[in-house]
This record gives sequence, C-alpha cells and structure tokens, in this order.
Amino acid sequence: MNKKPGIVEIRNLCKAYQRGNQLITVLQEIDLDIDEGEFLALMGPSGSGKTTLLNLIAGIDKADSGSIRIGGIEITALAETELAAWRANNVGFIFQFYNLIPVLTAFENVELPLLLTGLSKGERRTHVETALRVVNLADRMDHSPGELSGGQQQRVAIARAIVTDPTILVADEPTGDLDRDSANDVLELMERLVHELGKTIIMVTHDPRAANKAHQIKHLDKGVLNAHPQADF
Amino acid sequence: MRIPFSYSFRNLWTRRLTTFLTASGMALVVFVFAAVLMLAEGLQKTLVETGSYENVVVIRKAAGSEVQSGVERLQASIIETQPEIALGPDGKRLAAKELVVLIALPKRGTDKPSNVVIRGIGDASMPLRPQVKLREGRLPRPGSSEIMAGSSIAERFEGGGLGETIRFAMRDWTVVGVFDAGNTSFDSEIWGDVNQFIQAFRRPAFSSMIFRMGDPSDFEELRSRIENDPRLTIEALREPEYYRKQSEAMAKFLRILGLTLTIIFSLGAIIGAMITMYSAVANRVFEIGTLRALGFQRRSILTAFLMEALLLGFIGGIVGLFFASFLQLFTVSTLNFQTFSELAFSFSLTAGIVYQGLLFSMIMGFVGGVLPAFRAARMNIVEALRSS
Ligand SMILES: Nc1ncnc2c1ncn2[C@@H]1O[C@H](COP(=O)(O)OP(=O)(O)OP(=O)(O)O)[C@@H](O)[C@H]1O
Ligand SMILES: [Mg+2]
Repeated sequence: MNKKPGIVEIRNLCKAYQRGNQLITVLQEIDLDIDEGEFLALMGPSGSGKTTLLNLIAGIDKADSGSIRIGGIEITALAETELAAWRANNVGFIFQFYNLIPVLTAFENVELPLLLTGLSKGERRTHVETALRVVNLADRMDHSPGELSGGQQQRVAIARAIVTDPTILVADEPTGDLDRDSANDVLELMERLVHELGKTIIMVTHDPRAANKAHQIKHLDKGVLNAHPQADF
Repeated sequence: MRIPFSYSFRNLWTRRLTTFLTASGMALVVFVFAAVLMLAEGLQKTLVETGSYENVVVIRKAAGSEVQSGVERLQASIIETQPEIALGPDGKRLAAKELVVLIALPKRGTDKPSNVVIRGIGDASMPLRPQVKLREGRLPRPGSSEIMAGSSIAERFEGGGLGETIRFAMRDWTVVGVFDAGNTSFDSEIWGDVNQFIQAFRRPAFSSMIFRMGDPSDFEELRSRIENDPRLTIEALREPEYYRKQSEAMAKFLRILGLTLTIIFSLGAIIGAMITMYSAVANRVFEIGTLRALGFQRRSILTAFLMEALLLGFIGGIVGLFFASFLQLFTVSTLNFQTFSELAFSFSLTAGIVYQGLLFSMIMGFVGGVLPAFRAARMNIVEALRSS
C-alpha cells in the first residue's frame, strides 16, 4: 500500500464553549499532522479537550477557527448535510460505550453505515460478513447487543466502524469500559487494523498500556497539544 | 437513505407495554369513530334496500322528497303512457299516482301529536311494493272513506287499530286493514284511495308517481326522454337512488356527529401518543447522537420517529377496527328521523370505513409524533453523545 502523508492536517484550530456569559477556551491553536496508516494516541487530563478535538476531526462538532483537512477535503467548509455524507464515507466511530443500537442485531448494527452507501443488499451482506470475520464474531451476527459481552459489543462496534472502509477511525476511550482481557482483545484488534489493513486510527485514551500500542502519543493539556507530557502531568 | 423500518417497529416491540397502552387509547377512539360510521352506513343500506331496482320514482324537479313534490294530472298521464312501463298480470300498467301528505295525529296514551305520512295509493301501489303485506282486515275500497294503517300506526296512534276511526282532513276515516311493511318506513304510514285524499285535502295535483320498468336497463333512455320533455318538469329516480337521497341527511348528521365526538376524544389519544413519543426520544438521545454521527441526516431521524408514531397509530387503528367489526353482529332499532317510525338495521363495516378508520388513527399518530420527532431531529450530535 502506498501511504499518503498528511491524511489529517490540522492548522490553528481553536474551539471555545460558551457557558453562561463565560467563554471557556477548550482548544488553542492546535496544529496536528497524521499520516495514512498511523496509529495516534491522544492523552491528557480530564477536561483537557481530547474528546472535543476528536469530535472536530470526526466532523461532528464545529470549529471556531482554523482548518481541518482530511484526505484533502477541508471539512470546516462543508455544510451540515454534506458533512453528514462525508462522515458516512470517511469516518469510522468507536465509542467508549460501544453505542450499538439495542433493537438491531449485530449484523444490522454493522450494516447501518452501509445503508448510507449505494450498495445492494447482497453487497452489503458480503461487506458485513467480512467485517464481522475481521473482529472474529461472524458466528454472533444474529445476536442482539444485549446478548453480547462488553468486549464482544466493542468488537461489533469496530466492525461497524471499518465496514465502509473509511479514511480515518476515531476511538474515544475504546477500552474505558472494558475489563483487562477484553481491553487487550480490542487493542490487539486495533493494532491488526493498522498493521494488516493499513487503517489510520486516532485514539483518545487514559490508559498508558493502550497508548503504548500506538505509533505516536500526543498530549493535550488545557487545550494545548504537546509531543511530550507536561511536567505536572 | 432511510433508517430501516424494522428499527421503528422493534422499538415499539421493545417497549410493548407502553405501546399497548398508547395504542389502546387510539383503538378506543377508532372504535367509536368506526361505530358511528358503521351506524350511518347500516342505516343507509337498510333504507336503500327498501327500494327495488326495477321501480322508478317520479317527483317534481328539485323537490327532494315526495312530501314536497307535485306532479300534475296531465303530467301524470303522459308518464303513465310511456312504453317502458311494465304491465301487471291484469294487463294494466304497473304505475301508481300517489299523494303524500304529512299530518299530525295524537298518539295513544298522550295528547301529544306526532307526524304521520298519509299516502294516497292507486291499484298498482301494493303490487309495486311486495314487502308491504296486509296483516289484518282488507284493502280499502276505492271511492270510500276507508283506510289501512301501517302496523306501527295501528299500535301507536289513537284510532289507528282495525275497526277504529281517525279524523283528519275534516272527515272520519275507518281503518279496514292493517299492513306490515317489514322494516321499511311504510310501516308508519296510512294508506287510502288517492282520489279520496286529493278531494279531502283539496290538492290540485299528485305528489309522485311510481312505476315498474319492463326492462330495467331501459331506465337511462326513459329518464332522459321524460326529463327533457318540455311539458314535464319532473325528475325520475330509481327507487334505491331515491331512498339513498332520502337517507343522506340523516347519515350525514350521524357522520358529522361521529366525527365531532371522535375528534374530541382523539385529543386524549394524541396527547397519550405525544407523551409516549417524547419519552421514547428522551430514552434514545444517545442512539440518536450515534445515528447522526454515523452519517444519518436529520430528516432520517425525523422519518424514523414519525414512522414509529404512525405505526403506533396504525396498530391502534387495526385493533379498534377489529373490535368494531364485531358490531356487525348486532341489530339496532332507531327512529327514522324522516318519518319518525321505528327502523331496525345493523352496523355495516365497509372498505371505506376501514380506510377512514386507519387514516384517522394514523393522523392521530402523526399529530402526536410530529413534535417529538422534530425534537429528535433537532438534537446536537455532540450533546446527544455526551448525554450518557
Ligand atoms: N457542550 C459543551 N458545553 C460547554 N462546555 C463543554 C462542552 N463540551 C465540552 N465542554 C468543556 O470543554 C472541556 C473539554 O471537554 P472534553 O470533553 O473535550 O474533555 P476530555 O479531555 O475529553 O475529558 P475527559 O478525559 O474527561 O473525557 C471541558 O472543560 C468541558 O467541560
Ligand atoms: Mg472525553
């Protein structure tokens, strides 16, 4: 696979939240480059703005200023409906609490993002089965999320994230709700996605063991991004 | 692309107790709605069945009913000679010139008068209405002050019984027969020689004519001929059509009454649906955030929740109609408002009522679901995802 450098290019990204009549600066002039096939871990204390940065990269939040180019597309310039369509094709989400739809089976959960593509029913089935095989849950596709363990649910969620073959995968504390063994399974799976399938992953985590699986660790502190942790961390 | 329908359906199934209770409220409204429409339908059907397809009623143009109509002697004799009219066994034409007058007579046991239809009949009047059968006594003789009373008159009106006399139009009339007319409105009429009545009421004209077609398929041709005849200012209607028009006012009244009632009731059901849907949205904020993050548009979320509400309404509609369909097993009696006689008929469920009932219940679902669905669609993704 020939790797494209700078699949994510962030320049001067700023974000503040209004709380009452107080303006809270969450991200200050963030610059960040991520290459294709890279596994990046974002660490930092609680409230430092990790989730906010990830949401901006994933196109579900609006920046105040600055630029976010992903795969050559300036996503801050996209209108809401264009952004939704862009997400469907380019972003795979892995959440801390898996966020599977409880009334749908594992198969249907994984199929959801494919409903936004033009694929036929048969093609969707092939893709879903492939994705579930990657996460080693092909035998559980007719189970509903309630019938699966936390680790299994997170693996279904990972299958859902990769099924459209998106440009980037974003994971917000993917092991935060899992026991040690399940967390290891999920991390191993994410490593395999990077090494075997060439996926690009941006992962927010509090867990140093998780971060160690990444190629690169960035630290956010009070909205400022550093390559190394601050002294007081 | 839409969120699959099964998503909406399964969410209803997952919270089936709430779904059941909410749908029951809607079902009740649809039941009442359907019941009133079925009543109107059944009533109309019974009245229409009073008429026979081969029979034609002739009244003055735009008169609406026999009571308001007038057909002059000359006009009557023109109509009487039309070749399409069937011949009776005696070789005479099966056509009757009739007079219909509404008078007030005292009821038995009270002084309060009530309306009664007096019908002057001709020789053909009885053969034209085979459902009318003499029960007691005999037919009134032409040229005499004899009358016969419908069974309901005989029972309920002063002097209406066999052998008694009734005074109207400044004459005493002797009841020489009592007739039975099934469940039709003739049951509350008094019949006598049309020529006697014309004299007694000093009427210059007949009210209507009724005749049987030799071949019912000739009707359209005959109708256009006599309606276009400049000497005749009349209209001709097949008997079922005439009775359908007669029952329209009453059926319309019932339908409006039913609709008004159910619209008031439906407010409760709509509020129920709204509460259910609002809580469904509140319980699934996280899910909504997830779906939006995955790339589903606001309108997909809107549609999914509207679908859920519409489906809820649909279920309510089906259940309501299911129970309403059992009403068909019952027969009810009511006053015929046109003639104030008893009328027995049953509830009648038609495809139209099923369609209207389902439409009505889905409208309830829609109205109840639209605000919650908009709330779901308006959510901010990040806030929704933080809401865990
Ligand atoms: N919608 C919002 N409105 C107001 N303030 C917000 C909002 N979202 C985030 N914040 C604030 O922005 C800051 C950064 O939040 P964020 O969720 O990005 O932190 P985080 O680094 O992910 O923390 P954690 O490790 O606890 O998940 C916090 O101070 C938070 O209170
Ligand atoms: Mg966070």
